[in-house]
Amino acid sequence: MNIQFRESQEAASPLISKTAIADCDIHPARATRTELYPYLAKRWQHHLDVYGVHAYQGMMEGPPYPKAQPNASRRDAWPPEGGPQGSSLSFMQKQLLDPNNVQLGVLNPLNTGQGIRNHELSAALCSAINDWQIDKWTSKDKRLKASIVVGNEDGLSAAAEIRERAGDKNFVQVLLLSRNVEPLGQRRYWPIYQAAEEAGLPVGVHAFGFGGNPITPSGWPSYYIEEMVGHSQCQQSALASLVLEGVFERFPKLKMVMIEAGFGWAPSLAWRLDKVWQRLRSEVPHVKRPPSEYIREQVWWTTQPMEDPERREDLFDVINWIGWDRLLFATDYPHWDYDEPSRVLPAGVTEANREAFYLGNAKKLYGIN
Amino acid sequence: MARHVIAPVDELPPGTRKFLEIDGRPIAVFNIKGEYFGLMNRCPHQGAALCEGPLIGLAQSSDPGEIEYTKLGEIIRCPWHGWEFDIRTGQSYCDPRRFRVKAYPAHVEPGTSVVKGPYVAETVTVKVESDYVVVDL
Ligand code: FES
Repeated sequence: MNIQFRESQEAASPLISKTAIADCDIHPARATRTELYPYLAKRWQHHLDVYGVHAYQGMMEGPPYPKAQPNASRRDAWPPEGGPQGSSLSFMQKQLLDPNNVQLGVLNPLNTGQGIRNHELSAALCSAINDWQIDKWTSKDKRLKASIVVGNEDGLSAAAEIRERAGDKNFVQVLLLSRNVEPLGQRRYWPIYQAAEEAGLPVGVHAFGFGGNPITPSGWPSYYIEEMVGHSQCQQSALASLVLEGVFERFPKLKMVMIEAGFGWAPSLAWRLDKVWQRLRSEVPHVKRPPSEYIREQVWWTTQPMEDPERREDLFDVINWIGWDRLLFATDYPHWDYDEPSRVLPAGVTEANREAFYLGNAKKLYGIN
Repeated sequence: MARHVIAPVDELPPGTRKFLEIDGRPIAVFNIKGEYFGLMNRCPHQGAALCEGPLIGLAQSSDPGEIEYTKLGEIIRCPWHGWEFDIRTGQSYCDPRRFRVKAYPAHVEPGTSVVKGPYVAETVTVKVESDYVVVDL
C-alpha cells in the first residue's frame, strides 16, 4: 500500500516569497539498520548483532502502537533513492527546508538508544547517534542543528555525554523523551539538568519513550488514537514532577522545551498546581514559588501538534497566557501529523508575534544569529 | 466552463489515476471500476497533494463492535493527516459541513467529438479513432 504515485510537487513559488522560519522538531532517520556501525566500537557492533537491544519496554521491534501511516510518516516523504522517510538529506532539503525557507531546523532523532536496560550500550548508541548527526546532517547543511541524545536512565553517563559535546556549535539542546522509568523530576535525572545548565543548553522533552510504563496513567489503552492524546497526559506528569521535585528551583537557569505534546493544557495544569501548592506547600518546602512562575519562566513549547480549537480566540487566550515569546514553531517532519507552516496560525496575529512564533523565539532560545 | 482532454481511455485503466495541471490548478483524475472522477489535488485541510493518498473504503459503525466497511476503493485518504474524502463527491467524512474537495465532472467522449469545435487540447495528441477521458472545468 505504500505507493508514491509520482514525485511530490516542488514549491511553485520562489523562496523569497516565503518568510523565514525555524522548524524545531525534525526527525532524521537512519537509511539502514547498520548505518551507525561506523560510530560504534567493534564490541558494540558485535553485541548488537548477537544480542540486539534489551529495552525497558517490550515491543521494541515496532512502536507500542501501530501507527496511522507507514513509519508514522507522510506518504509523500519516501526518499526517491529508497530508505525510510527522513533518511535522505537531499530529499529533506527539497521537500521541507527549501520550499518552506527553513532557516533553523532542530533535529530530534528518535529510536536512538534511550530507554535501553544495558546502560553501557545505551551510552554508546547515543554517542554514535550524536556523531552521526554531525556527519550526516549538520556538517552538510548549516541550517540544521542537532540535539544531544543521552542515555537518559543513567544520569552520570548522560551528563558526561553533554559535557563532551558542550560548546560544539552543531548542538543546540539536550534531548529526553517524556516516558521514562520514573517521572522526569526524580534525582536520577538531575545530573542531566546540571550538565545542561552548565553548558547553557535547553533540555527538550519529546513525547514518546520506552520507560516501560503504560501510555496513559490508567493503563494500556486499545487504540493508537489514545496514545496520541496520552502524550499530553504524560507530559503533564513530567512537568509536574520537574516543578514539584524542585528541579527548576535547584537549576534556575535551566530551560526546558516541551516537544510534540500540545500546549493548550499548560494554563490549566499551572492553575491547578498553584491551587494545591497553596494548600500543601509544607509538603514540598523546596518549591519556594507558585508552580506557574517556574513554568512561565523556564518552559518553552513547540507548536506541533498545533492546537486547533473551533474559535481562534480560544487559541489566542491560551497563547496569551503562555506568552507569545514561548512558542517554537515545529512541523514534525516527516511524520504524518506534520503541520504545514503556512496553514497553522489563524489570521489576527500581529507581525511581531508572528515573527516570534515562526522564528525569533527559536533563534533566541537556541542562540542562533 | 471548458473541456479538457485528459487521456485516451486505454491510458487510464480501472484502478489508476492521472495527475495534471489545468489552468494552474492541480487536478487528479481517477478511474474507479470504469467510472471517471476528477478532484482538485489539494487537501482543504493543510494543502497536501491529496490524491497521492491511498484509496480505501469507508469504515462506519452503528454500535461499538458493529463495523461496516463500504465504498471500497472510493475513499481517498490524505497522505498527510489521513482525512478521508469521497472520490465521487469530494465530500469530507470528518467535517462534512466545512470541508469538501472541489470535484470536477469527468467522463468519456468519443474522439470524434473532442476534436471538433474550439476545445481541442493542443498539448494532447488526439487520435480520433479512440475515446477520451474529458474533464469539465
Ligand atoms: S493536509 Fe490533508 S489531512 Fe491535513
